[in-house]
Amino acid sequence: MNPKVLLTSKEIDIILHRLACQLVEKHLDFSNTLLIGIQPRGKFLAERIKSILKTEYGISEVPLGFLDITFFRDDFRRNQKTLEANKTQIDFLVEDKKVVFIDDVLYTGRSIRAALTAIQSFGRPAEIELLVLIDRRFSRHLPIQPDYRGRQVDAFDEETIRVHWSEHEQEDAVFLEETEKN
Amino acid sequence: MKELSVNHLLGIKYINKNDIDLIFETADHFKEVINRPIKKVPSLRDITIANIFFENSTRTKLSFELAQKRLSADVISFSAAQSSVKKGETLIDTVNNILAMKVDMVVMRHSDAGAAHFLSKNVKASIVNAGDGAHEHPTQALLDSYSIREKLGDVAGKKVVIVGDILHSRVALSNIFALQMQGAEVKVCGPKTLIPKYIESLGVKVEPNLRKALEWCDAANMLRVQNERLDFSYFPNTREYSQQFGLTKEILDSLDKEIVVMHPGPINRGVEITSDVADSQQSVILDQVENGVAVRMAVIYLLASKIK
Repeated sequence: MNPKVLLTSKEIDIILHRLACQLVEKHLDFSNTLLIGIQPRGKFLAERIKSILKTEYGISEVPLGFLDITFFRDDFRRNQKTLEANKTQIDFLVEDKKVVFIDDVLYTGRSIRAALTAIQSFGRPAEIELLVLIDRRFSRHLPIQPDYRGRQVDAFDEETIRVHWSEHEQEDAVFLEETEKN
Repeated sequence: MKELSVNHLLGIKYINKNDIDLIFETADHFKEVINRPIKKVPSLRDITIANIFFENSTRTKLSFELAQKRLSADVISFSAAQSSVKKGETLIDTVNNILAMKVDMVVMRHSDAGAAHFLSKNVKASIVNAGDGAHEHPTQALLDSYSIREKLGDVAGKKVVIVGDILHSRVALSNIFALQMQGAEVKVCGPKTLIPKYIESLGVKVEPNLRKALEWCDAANMLRVQNERLDFSYFPNTREYSQQFGLTKEILDSLDKEIVVMHPGPINRGVEITSDVADSQQSVILDQVENGVAVRMAVIYLLASKIK
């Protein structure tokens, strides 16, 4: 199966602006709010959202961190391969703050489960919300739902959703393709 | 994804440069973890580790235990002094009895060279060598290199001198292997009686003069004078040793560059290194201790992920 384009660069742009707008609607001046990109792929989306908040709404002081969940995953040793970590960069305490987790694709919910545990190492947040670009409906293993979603997608388990970002892969695009068999 | 090429860490000799790189990259992440307000991750919840120390140790044992606990492993620790080893039990029997209690990994220190290697061939668990006789002490060498990398940016191309009792030192041997593997140049310096006869066959030069050695190097690893291993007089007395091979502030300040001063601990203040040097800006002795926990977490995490 050839990759099918789910979202083009233009559509992604519109969606990102809407998501940023929804965030502002809820958090207003972001005085008590932190953005956390979930590593590795949530990082790009989180940076985009932050930049839109600055250019469109003049909100420049939102703290942005990146959380790696590798050591909190529930499939250690259940996976054939060693789980490789990414950089965590959270230079602030999350105690009593409103935290927004940002990730590109919400699938089984297990990454977010791990992130909910991992963030506790940095304090006790007042509340945690979840923003995702793609919500793979009907695929959840856990009772976790997004608060802000870019696009809802129905996909089979044998299919993978791949999000490309221009910072990393030349262009913004979202693809649906068959999962590569190892 | 990357993984270690080995199932046990028996010595630096048995691993390769890619393994060292992977351990250091992983240790970078763990160093960030142990500086968090809550310094613990749940990765090794279902792993049980036995620390078996047939020889005294404070910092290595503490460092391993802390690393294991920070990874949420279950830990049992055991010192030979209070054990059935005294009653005549063999090494394999002791360890197999411990493994019968469903232990996945064994960290062992033993006074005989090759003990960890022997164990890895005879018992079913992942083995980490925490020092075997005068053979190897791989995690110490890894944390030493990690500290050099942290301070100087890279290990490749750096010049490191190891000063002191090279003959009895497993730290020296593991360091030589680790540093050379990463492209550093190594010299040793110490009393002739404490330099092994064939050390040059490892590609290591001997520099008998401490000042010349220090002028040459980027980092100096000052080994402890191990009185407990000196079964007869290798040098007249500690005063003479410290005059010739002790690192003092005067020598350090007279060099035209800043070198990194390391020591694997425990320090004999005033013998191999003076107090003002040990506590100076150039000393990374306490960084080595902190890095020791991060590096050991990385080693244990990477080995544990290979336990099936």
